[in-house]
Amino acid sequence: MASTPHDESVDVSVPPVIAPGYTFATITDKISSIVLSQRTPRGWIVGFAISFSLVMLLMFAIGYLLLVGVGIWGINIPVAWGFAIVNFVWWIGIGHAGTLISAILLLLNQKWRTSINRFAEAMTLFAVACAGLFPLLHLGRPWLFYWLFPYPNVMNVQPQFRSPLVWDVFAVSTYFTVSLLFWFVGLLPDLATLRDRASSLWGKIIYGMLAMGWRNSARHWHRYEIAYLLLAGLATPLVVSVHTVVSFDFTIAILPGWHSTIFPPYFVAGAIYSGFAMVLTLAIPLRKFYRLEDFITARHLDNMGKIMLATGLIVAYGYVMELFMAWRGGNKFEWFMTINRMRGPYWPMYWTLILANVVIPQVIWMKRVRRSPLALFLVALVVNIGMWVERYVIIITSLHRDYLPSSWGMYSGTRWDYAVFVGTLGLFVALVLLFIRLLPSISIFEMRTLLPQAKVGGEEG
Amino acid sequence: MSANNHSLNLKSIREKLGLTHGKDYWRSLEELTESEGFEDLLHREFPRLASQWDDPIGRRRFLKLMGASLALAGLGACVHQPKEEIVPYVRQPEDMVLGKPLYFATAFSLSGIAEGLLVESHEGRPTKIEGNPDHPASLGATSSFAQASVLTLYDPDRSQTLTYLGEIRGWSAFVGAVQTALTAKSSGDGLRLLTETISSPTLADQIRQLLAQFPAAKWHQYEPVNRDNAQAGARLAFGEVVNTIYRFDNADVILSIDSDFLSGAPGTLRYIHDFSARRRVEPARTEMNRLYMVESTATNTGAVADHRFRLRPSEIENLARTIAAMVGVQSGITSAGNQQAKPENWISAVARDLLRHRGKSVVIAGDCQSPVVHALAHAMNHALGNIGTTVDYTAPVEAEPVDQSNSLRELVQDIDGGRVEQLLIVGGNPVYNAPADLRFGERLTKVPLRVHLGLYDDETSALCHWHIPEAHYLESWGDVRAYNGTVSIVQPLIAPLYRGKSAHELLAALLNQPERAAYQIVRDYWKAHLNAESKDANLKATTEPDSAQANGFEESWREALRSGVIAKTALPVKQVSLLTDWPKTQSTTATSSASPELEIIFRPEPYIYDGRFANNGWLQEMPRPLSKLTWDNAALISPSTAQRLGLSYEIAARGGEHGEVFADLVELDYQGRKLHAPVWIVPGHADDCVTLHLGYGRTRTGRVGSGAGFNAYALRTSVSPWFGNGLTLRSTGEQFALANTQLHYNMEGRDLVRSASLAEYLKNPNFAHGKDHAPPKSLSLYPPVEYQGYAWGMAIDLSTCVGCNACVVACQSENNIPIVGKTEVMHGREMHWLRVDRYYEGPVEDPKTSFQPVPCMQCENAPCELVCPVGATVHSSEGLNDMVYNRCVGTRYCSNNCPYKVRRFNFLLFQDWDTPSLKMLRNPDVSVRSRGVMEKCTYCVQRINEAKIDAEKEDRPVRDGEIVTACQAVCPAQAIVFGDINDPKSRVSQLKAQQRNYGLLEELNTRPRTTYLAAVRNPNPEIQE
Amino acid sequence: MSQIFHRSTNTISKVSIFGAIFVIGGVTWALAEIQRSSYNTRAFVEREQPVQFSHKHHVGDDGIDCRYCHTSVETSSFAGIPPVKTCMNCHTQLFVDSPYLAPIRDSFSSGKPIKWTRVHDLPDFVFFNHSIHVNKGVGCSTCHGQVDSMPLTYQVASLQMEWCLECHRAPERFVRPREKVFSMDWQPPADQIAEGRKLVKQYHIANPGVITSCSTCHR
Repeated sequence: MASTPHDESVDVSVPPVIAPGYTFATITDKISSIVLSQRTPRGWIVGFAISFSLVMLLMFAIGYLLLVGVGIWGINIPVAWGFAIVNFVWWIGIGHAGTLISAILLLLNQKWRTSINRFAEAMTLFAVACAGLFPLLHLGRPWLFYWLFPYPNVMNVQPQFRSPLVWDVFAVSTYFTVSLLFWFVGLLPDLATLRDRASSLWGKIIYGMLAMGWRNSARHWHRYEIAYLLLAGLATPLVVSVHTVVSFDFTIAILPGWHSTIFPPYFVAGAIYSGFAMVLTLAIPLRKFYRLEDFITARHLDNMGKIMLATGLIVAYGYVMELFMAWRGGNKFEWFMTINRMRGPYWPMYWTLILANVVIPQVIWMKRVRRSPLALFLVALVVNIGMWVERYVIIITSLHRDYLPSSWGMYSGTRWDYAVFVGTLGLFVALVLLFIRLLPSISIFEMRTLLPQAKVGGEEG
Repeated sequence: MSANNHSLNLKSIREKLGLTHGKDYWRSLEELTESEGFEDLLHREFPRLASQWDDPIGRRRFLKLMGASLALAGLGACVHQPKEEIVPYVRQPEDMVLGKPLYFATAFSLSGIAEGLLVESHEGRPTKIEGNPDHPASLGATSSFAQASVLTLYDPDRSQTLTYLGEIRGWSAFVGAVQTALTAKSSGDGLRLLTETISSPTLADQIRQLLAQFPAAKWHQYEPVNRDNAQAGARLAFGEVVNTIYRFDNADVILSIDSDFLSGAPGTLRYIHDFSARRRVEPARTEMNRLYMVESTATNTGAVADHRFRLRPSEIENLARTIAAMVGVQSGITSAGNQQAKPENWISAVARDLLRHRGKSVVIAGDCQSPVVHALAHAMNHALGNIGTTVDYTAPVEAEPVDQSNSLRELVQDIDGGRVEQLLIVGGNPVYNAPADLRFGERLTKVPLRVHLGLYDDETSALCHWHIPEAHYLESWGDVRAYNGTVSIVQPLIAPLYRGKSAHELLAALLNQPERAAYQIVRDYWKAHLNAESKDANLKATTEPDSAQANGFEESWREALRSGVIAKTALPVKQVSLLTDWPKTQSTTATSSASPELEIIFRPEPYIYDGRFANNGWLQEMPRPLSKLTWDNAALISPSTAQRLGLSYEIAARGGEHGEVFADLVELDYQGRKLHAPVWIVPGHADDCVTLHLGYGRTRTGRVGSGAGFNAYALRTSVSPWFGNGLTLRSTGEQFALANTQLHYNMEGRDLVRSASLAEYLKNPNFAHGKDHAPPKSLSLYPPVEYQGYAWGMAIDLSTCVGCNACVVACQSENNIPIVGKTEVMHGREMHWLRVDRYYEGPVEDPKTSFQPVPCMQCENAPCELVCPVGATVHSSEGLNDMVYNRCVGTRYCSNNCPYKVRRFNFLLFQDWDTPSLKMLRNPDVSVRSRGVMEKCTYCVQRINEAKIDAEKEDRPVRDGEIVTACQAVCPAQAIVFGDINDPKSRVSQLKAQQRNYGLLEELNTRPRTTYLAAVRNPNPEIQE
Repeated sequence: MSQIFHRSTNTISKVSIFGAIFVIGGVTWALAEIQRSSYNTRAFVEREQPVQFSHKHHVGDDGIDCRYCHTSVETSSFAGIPPVKTCMNCHTQLFVDSPYLAPIRDSFSSGKPIKWTRVHDLPDFVFFNHSIHVNKGVGCSTCHGQVDSMPLTYQVASLQMEWCLECHRAPERFVRPREKVFSMDWQPPADQIAEGRKLVKQYHIANPGVITSCSTCHR
């Protein structure tokens, strides 16, 4: 880490997690106003229009896919997995920051998480939703997806539990459910607030229903605390498990470049890496647009930057280990694959990924960068791209030249591959925008607890 | 392709529309717009864009798919199967047991040379071609052509109606018209008959009757791939035309002078069988034959040769003369011109080797070589005392051997002279494949009455008044001779699908017997001739009483139909004496080898042949043995020539390496005629010459073949039909997209094909197990599986495989494997369950070539099974790696995890579910796979189950050799052996027990059930290469 | 401001949370039931036929052996549907002018075959072989039921995979002596399992491992 706890304490320049001068009321006003204000900002409308049109594109692409078949994509023999799986892994990875922030940081009692956890969680949900599309769509016969679930059937056959794809189904669905609950439970008090402050009748009704009769009673708060803590405990292992299982999709296979024990840790790290990158990519414009600099302060950016740096270094270590093992292991196929990645037809992809995931992020060492929203935003973007390319390199370059030179082949996405990918981006952004407009994107009541007034005694360190 | 080709394409489409009638007009139009031809048109318009042309799916297909997928998409619980009907016979044929196939003996013929077949028939539908073990030319194997011919039978593009100027007419109308035309001149003056090579005794007899009836009429024969040179060579050497039969089973040393006798020649199947039998080394028998190959263009024969010598075609005659002189052909042989690059010791070593094996050697000359070379070959065999031991001479197989180029030239002259009034073209397609300099097409139109009998409404029928749809050989009676003269009766398995007529019936019509059925004609002929035929065989043949005479005709006729051959009709060996005056005559084609320009070489296409198979999807999509090209031909050149001319190719981003390749498009200029073609670089090709394969660039054959490739006939002249000097070649700067299934030919030091010389093998029989050892059986986390009962396995002998690809078609035919079309092949999605990998070792200029057939390995530790989430691919109790199509959801993980990449995926709806005739083709014992499922080689599990059921009903175990997989059955080299590896006495177990036996990538611990016997070659120690 | 929702509505929200689980469970169960129902399998549903052919009459009353019409049942995968000729063997003598048989007579004279509706219709990816089952002592009635009591033929089994597996996993539960294969009135003896085991051994019926391998039925 750049700044150790030691200089943290002396360094006076560490900004607070919430700008001074706020009262309970002002916080509530400021945040709920985003949701309750009658007029929608033009920027929002434009953004939504764009993303929604992309969603339409997605719908069209999926429709055509279902009618004609996965053959409209670039996949072939030997490269039978393409964009779909790349996108799946990428989106799942992005889905990691949310739970990490909400659960782990909560358990670690990191107060600064409060202002970002809410939309980080939302982001997680949307990312996982996007991710969830791909394993379904990439099937040759998507309408039979339910055969991956164990259920009593007239064929008397069950899924093949040695296959990591089955583990995937469980891991991802569990992760989605828990994250959803976690997010919703966290929302309850704020939904109640909105219910009480909503001026429109519909607002009252809908928020009222969602609030499920939250009345701020001590009993409610007491149960809420317990439930929230339990869910946090439940979610924490998932952060690790999900991407570990996803990495199994590759490590279980015997392909050079896939069959590797380093994958689980380095996939998890990569996931958190990309997750935080995405949080930053959203948070920075958001705070600018809705003037939330007071709530999402330089302190937050600084911390997230540090986490990115840390996870980024773990990922880099993963790359190095891959190379080392390929060399030390003395497996001729593994070694050929490594060389082929660097010098083969896909060399630009490999070096892009090194540049974007390892080299460029090193600038975060500089406090100046961590403190500059724009710089951080750009780095985050680069990392997002880098992580996508990483998955592309892992999947494509391992597949396109494996064991028998006679069946080597090339792969490249078709317009339909891109349509689906861009479509999911649109879906993601659209959902985020809706969320910002309709729900408090920053936890109101938790922000209140950050106020000096909220301190009972001096338990804040 | 070049501009003129587009126009041709459009023209053909327009013609198609012109020729289609009434209500199916619109249907035809839509089909046309979806046709392969149309797609290719697009490719030729924008070769670059071709790669972006993702999914050529028309509206109709789109809707159809929507219907299909919606039906499938419905919850399994709520969709009933459509109501199915059972339609029993009204009166059922006696010998038919419903659900059990019947087999009938018949014969397939190519250029008049027969190949005996047993054809499988399900409820009256011929579905699968097998070889006839009793037939001397087949011995149970078949060629790719014969295998694929069943697809031609059901080809919906075959011509279906008898037409006059495009208008539908009846048979009687035609007969009437011709009769009146003939009766005009009773002498038959002006009547001309143009046929292909004919060996059918009955048809020849009919023609002779016709000529007797019309003395002034003339009979011409022409086929583009003819044996003129061989016959001329025989005339030079012996003063008469003879048919040469080689007995490779007796040959220790073989010198092939540009003869691709392992894929092209008559009797190829038999030759492969005999040749490879002498290359099968076993611990017991360790002597091998040795093959020297002298050739220009790379062929399968050259690939399996122990020593290969690249020469420009014009230099080959000199080499032949030199060797002839060395092996003691009497003086007078002067090798004109300066001697070739190859070191003198090579030639002398070959000569010494031949001399060392007097009477046990063969010198064989290729049909493309000059008559002199053929004569030299005869002389050498004579000098080496091979006559009677390894070389036999008989009377010609052809009914009327003529120099076909001359024959056609005479016809053309007569046409110019206005001496031709009625021209009957019986089979063949001269307008397309006649030499360019004869300009046959435009001359044809001068003939007042033109009739064409053909399988397809093709280029020739377009220029004829009458077109008569020809009956496929599986639809009609006939007879034909094998390479050694043995006669087979061609018996039909199904009534003509499109009321086609056979040549017999056409001639009968000319002989005033219009309603005489082919059956009657053939039967009557043999009734009259059977005794005679067999008698002259008896003169030398046998001592036992002549069966044909002893028993009545009925019996021998039945027997002929049953066994597929007419007994003792093989032509008797005849003694010929060598003439002496000829060697001085230096042949015209041989030019000095120092000429600066390029030489041009014409060869029949490996699978399209002379163009007659252009509309056969199986053959179109079959990767060519060496170039691995599909759906197109190309101008083949050597690497160094390509370098000199600055030509190359680049791989596409999609498919690439295993799919789409952009080759430089060049303009060939030969004797003032121009042609655009993509170049393809072939390692081992002779320098400074270009090989063009005939048969492509068809403009009017059907949706599959029209517009594919370029037409080499445009450059071919009657003067030098096989090779010539003075070709210039210039790059157009454009590129052309080719569909190639294996670009990477380097093994990357991976020890995939293991081979050794005979000497090395004798020194270390275990050479195949040097580097990578198979891990111990214990090396698995799962408990070891013990296989009680049967355990199926396969062994493939790489020493004997000649890479002919027949196994690939056989597999396609047996297992209902769809073709996917050029676009999808370019995307790397061809569906062949079995492929033949081709690898090169050594210098790219003159590499060592090896073939490796790769079916599913049926691994015992199958990586694919581990990763399938729904258990759609699982292990059977007999060690098969079962693929359950109906359970597959299509994650394609199994394919990713298959190190052999033998799994094939239905990325789109490749299977044709609409065309009714193609439904009749399907093998009813194999599921027809639809979109979105994985498929792969099953070891022909349907055959395994059939045999097991039969055995169990008789309460006995399955006998060794009772189960024969489709690939094994068709293999002329018998390189593939299948059986029960739990039975130590089975052939497969014994092969696997040999030290040559190794598993592909066995170091991965997949424990493949399919293993290979390492290749052993027999190079001459005197030659260092 | 006033609340829209009264406190009592909280019960609804509580119920809805837990209720959801039961709804999902219920729906799954219902679907499974529907899939096994004869509505879906069409078991016990009589099929309309061009001729009102009655197995009850021909087998039950006349006692004609199965193999008289289904000739290839012992030799081929397909049991065989009799050609019209077979019908006419008798019906040139019996019920010569019965209106019910008009289609038969027409077909015989015109040569146009009769289109029967398939009753036991397996999916096309299933390859069932009659001969081996019959030869291994699986009786007709085991799968086709008491056809001798069927005026119009219907299927008695679901023909779903689980049904096939009942026997393929434990043949001894269903096999009978070969000579009883075609008898309609055979009933499993009290000690069927013991008897079955004997027969399985005697007829060399492959062990379940072999006959439950996928490629036994799917190719």
